[in-house]
Amino acid sequence: MAAATQFSMFRTLRHTLAAVMTAAAVTAAGRAQEAVKIGEYASLTGKEAAFGQSSHKGTLLAIEELNAKGGVLGRQIELVTDDNQSKQGESATIVKKLISREKVVAILGEVASMRSLEAAPICQAYRVPMISPSSTYPKVTEIGNYIFRVCFTDRFQGHVLAKVGKDTLRIRRVALLTSVSSAYSVGLAAYFKEQFAADGGQVVIEQKYTEGSKDFDAQLTAIKAAGVEGIFVPGYYTEAALICRQARELGITVPLFGGDGWEAPELVDIGGAAVEGCYYTTHYSPQVDSPVVKAFVAKFQARYKGETPDAMAALGYDSAGVMVDAIRRAGSTDGPAIRAALEATQSYEGVTGRTAMDRQRNASKAAFVIMVKDGHFTFVQSISPQSIAP
Amino acid sequence: MKTAPKPLLALVATVLLAFGVSQVSDRIDPYYLDVMIGVGINVILAVSLNLVNGYTGQFSLGHAGFMSVGAYLSAAVTLLLGPRLLGEEGGSALQQGLLFLAALAMGGCGAALAGLAVGIPSFRLKGDYLALVTLGFGEIIRVIFQNVEALGGALGLNGIPNYTNVFWVYGFAALTVFTVVCLVRSTYGRGFLATQDDEIAAEAVGIDTTRYKIVAFVVGAFFAGVAGGLYGHFKLTITPTGFDFTKSIEIVVMVILGGMGNTPGVILAAILLTVLPEMLRAVEQYRMVLYSLLLIVLMLVRPKGLFNFDFTAVAARLRWKYLAARK
Amino acid sequence: MTEFLQQLLNGLSLGAIYALIALGYTMVYGVLRFINFAHSDVFMVGAFIGYFAGQHLPHDSVLGGIVALAAAMAGCAVLGILIERVVYRPLRGGPTLNVLITAIGMSLFLEYTGQLVFGATPRPFPSIIPARMISVHGLVISMNQLIVIIVAVLLMVALELAVYRTKIGTAMRAVALNPRAAQLVGINIDVVISFTFGLGSALAGAGGVLYALNYPSIDPLMGVVPGLKAFVAAVLGGVGNIPGAALGALILGMTETFIDGSRWSTYKDAIAFAILIAILLFRPAGLLGRYTTEKV
Repeated sequence: MAAATQFSMFRTLRHTLAAVMTAAAVTAAGRAQEAVKIGEYASLTGKEAAFGQSSHKGTLLAIEELNAKGGVLGRQIELVTDDNQSKQGESATIVKKLISREKVVAILGEVASMRSLEAAPICQAYRVPMISPSSTYPKVTEIGNYIFRVCFTDRFQGHVLAKVGKDTLRIRRVALLTSVSSAYSVGLAAYFKEQFAADGGQVVIEQKYTEGSKDFDAQLTAIKAAGVEGIFVPGYYTEAALICRQARELGITVPLFGGDGWEAPELVDIGGAAVEGCYYTTHYSPQVDSPVVKAFVAKFQARYKGETPDAMAALGYDSAGVMVDAIRRAGSTDGPAIRAALEATQSYEGVTGRTAMDRQRNASKAAFVIMVKDGHFTFVQSISPQSIAP
Repeated sequence: MKTAPKPLLALVATVLLAFGVSQVSDRIDPYYLDVMIGVGINVILAVSLNLVNGYTGQFSLGHAGFMSVGAYLSAAVTLLLGPRLLGEEGGSALQQGLLFLAALAMGGCGAALAGLAVGIPSFRLKGDYLALVTLGFGEIIRVIFQNVEALGGALGLNGIPNYTNVFWVYGFAALTVFTVVCLVRSTYGRGFLATQDDEIAAEAVGIDTTRYKIVAFVVGAFFAGVAGGLYGHFKLTITPTGFDFTKSIEIVVMVILGGMGNTPGVILAAILLTVLPEMLRAVEQYRMVLYSLLLIVLMLVRPKGLFNFDFTAVAARLRWKYLAARK
Repeated sequence: MTEFLQQLLNGLSLGAIYALIALGYTMVYGVLRFINFAHSDVFMVGAFIGYFAGQHLPHDSVLGGIVALAAAMAGCAVLGILIERVVYRPLRGGPTLNVLITAIGMSLFLEYTGQLVFGATPRPFPSIIPARMISVHGLVISMNQLIVIIVAVLLMVALELAVYRTKIGTAMRAVALNPRAAQLVGINIDVVISFTFGLGSALAGAGGVLYALNYPSIDPLMGVVPGLKAFVAAVLGGVGNIPGAALGALILGMTETFIDGSRWSTYKDAIAFAILIAILLFRPAGLLGRYTTEKV
């Protein structure tokens, strides 16, 4: 009889123990499953797939790295990415879906200023902080105080390029060949012109083109006849490469230069020998002699089959880093708290330099001047905001 | 082709229903609301294009151009005139509503003027040529907007006030269907169909085909403009390149899928082709390939459209079955 | 003056490329009375065939260039015939609207499948023909431009000969004039139509390679705009009229180049359509075309 009672007592004890352990396990598992969701909208397919893919790879690498180190606030980070196919109208729907269905706490995106402008009002209205990795059009962050960027603006870039024209290329008479299809190009041209004229230079002739054009002979012939010392092409590499080729074919020997839209391997693939000796500015260079950059390049190459990260990838990486850092400092996933932490970002050391948010929620960063030499993008110098402050 | 027996009743009912839904729209998930509004806008676009392509047989490939005229004009009204008329605080809901109505009306009228511009030369243009001219027209509009700095140029317009809601969209969708159905049942409808069947024969019996073509274009364009205005105040950002040939083709696919000249079918097709891509976001990159295949296969196998069946006959048969089962 | 002559030369070269595409449009319209929307994408396929051929051919050699051109022309001819056989033939005799829609569907299918398979990013076209610049009195002519003009002229002459001196060419003209009568005198319409498509597509393929040589950045949507412009050129010269297509293309090429170098360069695309509308309103038969009364 005593044996039976002992046995049943023991059984009850075993059951209780099992129940307690299960409860503990479930709670622990439950907490671990509550990942911090960060949404990303990018152009993974379509016309600007090259930029979107690059940015996404950088972002993904950052998130994976952070998760390996334990995530944030004791939880893993889940990156929810949606593709807007480089089309108008899609980003708005995607961001709404990410916020309301996926319940993300923050949004990363986009590369193109036009699409950032589309999604920003939604993020602002729903008080979800948004960081654009590389939209340079000034108006993006003016939408509201929940919108940030980790790159410089075209106002700064235009001024830098004017300086490049004056000091590096030493030209006083320049031609402007602008794309009317993108706000980026129009904006950059305007800021360049402003500074170049202020520095005593002269924009002798202005020509325009539309994106998708292949033939620039007409514009270049007119430019050649005007007799300039350099040609500024604030557009994307797709046209810039052809423009350089056709310029050389027409016998134009003066240098051509442009902004961060030039950076893509296709610039050299399509442009060939014509882009030798041409300059452009961008947000980072893999050749910068800093341990942070070298480590990043190595990790990226290991993750993505030997591919060297470009500026879009680097900025994607930093945008994720800055966001997660802000979440950590905020101590919560509450929108307003993250926003305040982002605004307070003063010295985040990333691969694109030190990110400090200014009053307009733009990052005050240096621009990197790159020259094409022997078919490679070669780092020339970096120009910081302080050096060209008025 | 019979639709609702009493269109006016259906119109009033739909408008009231839409108003009701819009009052509780805060409780609906924003993403689903987004899709609902998208459906409504596409219904307006598809039904208005159906008037031109389906009933009148004029193959228009520039509908997105009319949409963009409406979008830009209405946005210009709310962005530029809005602050001046409503003052700093933005005015009451009623004032905003009136402003929005005025903006949409102006957008529609602007688009209608554009439709007139396309419709008038149409007497010289048949079939393929008309298709190309409408395509070219859509492109010309895009180029113009890209070059006009006052309307934002390449950047387009953003910061458009968020006036669109379920009431406006479905109210106008109902109005569009109502207008098209009434037109088609009137002598205008006879004119449209005659123009579609055989222009030369129609002219021979004294029907002014040009007049009917113009009416079709103008009415179709008006509603496309309204849809554009609704779109602009929904996405809050519009760019010239967003209303390109691809957008026109998306609307054309809806009309063809639904069956040209079949309003209920076209409405169904519009709903399907708005909801399906949302559900299939994972395979988004195949969408245009599938659309193009759909066009080809439909033309080869079922040119009347997928939803082109006699709805009243189907309804009658279902009712008969129901009554038989009850016995 | 030099600038003017340079622009003239640029316009000539552009016009030559438009001519090659326009010829295909005009031939198919003449025989079948419909606009083959997919033609501009056959042009694109030609460029891609040339791209892949160029990977296996030695660069900068004239022989390599000829092989790439021949490969593109052959490949496109096959594609054109295939499209006609599978997609257009079943709809022959039906309402033209249906064929038009099918043609648009085919065009989109080629474009978007191309984007899926090749990606939307532009690829660099290999330099198959030696690129050299010739400078004459300040005028710069590139080897590629010269080759484009010469090859285009040669192909047009060959086409004229084919259409007016061969049996199948006469058959083509017969079918264009009156298909039923042509059948009555024993012409096999199917063969003639297939041949027309093949020929037109081969020319488009050649145009694709030559275009890519001049503007070495190819992508799946590259045919859309040149295709539309070439069609405008065909209408300008008189649809169904071969010398007309060449003339129309030349005029369009010139006009576009001069507008491009002027203040209104960004309206360039709109100008082509404005020309189309103007021609269709005021002289629908085109510059060299004849009015045909529509019989019922």
